[in-house]
Amino acid sequence: MSNQQVPIQAEHFRIVTEPISVEEVISRVVHPHAGAINTFIGTVRELTRGRKTLYLEYEAYVSMAEKKLQQIGQEIGERWPNSRVAIFHRIGRLAISDIAVAIAVSTPHRADAYEASRYAIERIKDIVPIWKKEFWEDGEAWIGNQKETVAYPTGKPEGLE
Amino acid sequence: MIKVLFFAGVKEQIGQDFIELDDRGWTVGQLKHHLLEKYPQASESLANVMVSVNEEFADDGTKLHENDQVAIIPPVSGG
Repeated sequence: MSNQQVPIQAEHFRIVTEPISVEEVISRVVHPHAGAINTFIGTVRELTRGRKTLYLEYEAYVSMAEKKLQQIGQEIGERWPNSRVAIFHRIGRLAISDIAVAIAVSTPHRADAYEASRYAIERIKDIVPIWKKEFWEDGEAWIGNQKETVAYPTGKPEGLE
Repeated sequence: MIKVLFFAGVKEQIGQDFIELDDRGWTVGQLKHHLLEKYPQASESLANVMVSVNEEFADDGTKLHENDQVAIIPPVSGG
């Protein structure tokens, strides 16, 4: 097997309004050359900084968000040979413990699958135009960047081409 | 026309999903300046946004053209 970059497929990178089927996301990366599939599942957390969230709303610039998810898939393909990636992110109203994002990465060997999966979620938090609004008993607020790079001194997220 | 999309907190402060502007040969920086003047209620948020042009991040020097789709992108919080 040669070290090659697998072409990405647009239908592996989706913004959805319905509940995410983790099985479906995983199924997109199943491949005979894979020896490992790593999944990351991001769920809605009830407590943030001691404050109780009742539910969340996610909003996206859907067309650009899907493009940026594809870009992340492309970057992973360049860094980890023979990897396959699928990322689904849900938008709309989500309840506590609902799945907000599911990432599946398959690679020939397990170390790469773990690393690439971590890379994917960190990049999502940097470059994909999706926003979260928390609703509490006593108020609501749009949540800004959670990686403390809010000001973007260069006008673009760090690490962007 | 140039279409400018708003999202999240900026959308709520401005009270519109999008606006359309005549092409005035502006750069992204000039557009941001225009928005800051037109929507003072959103000035704090607008000071911290990124801008995309036709779905790619763009810096302040990027020139805008007829039929461009611009988006004002507050700090993202997906995942």
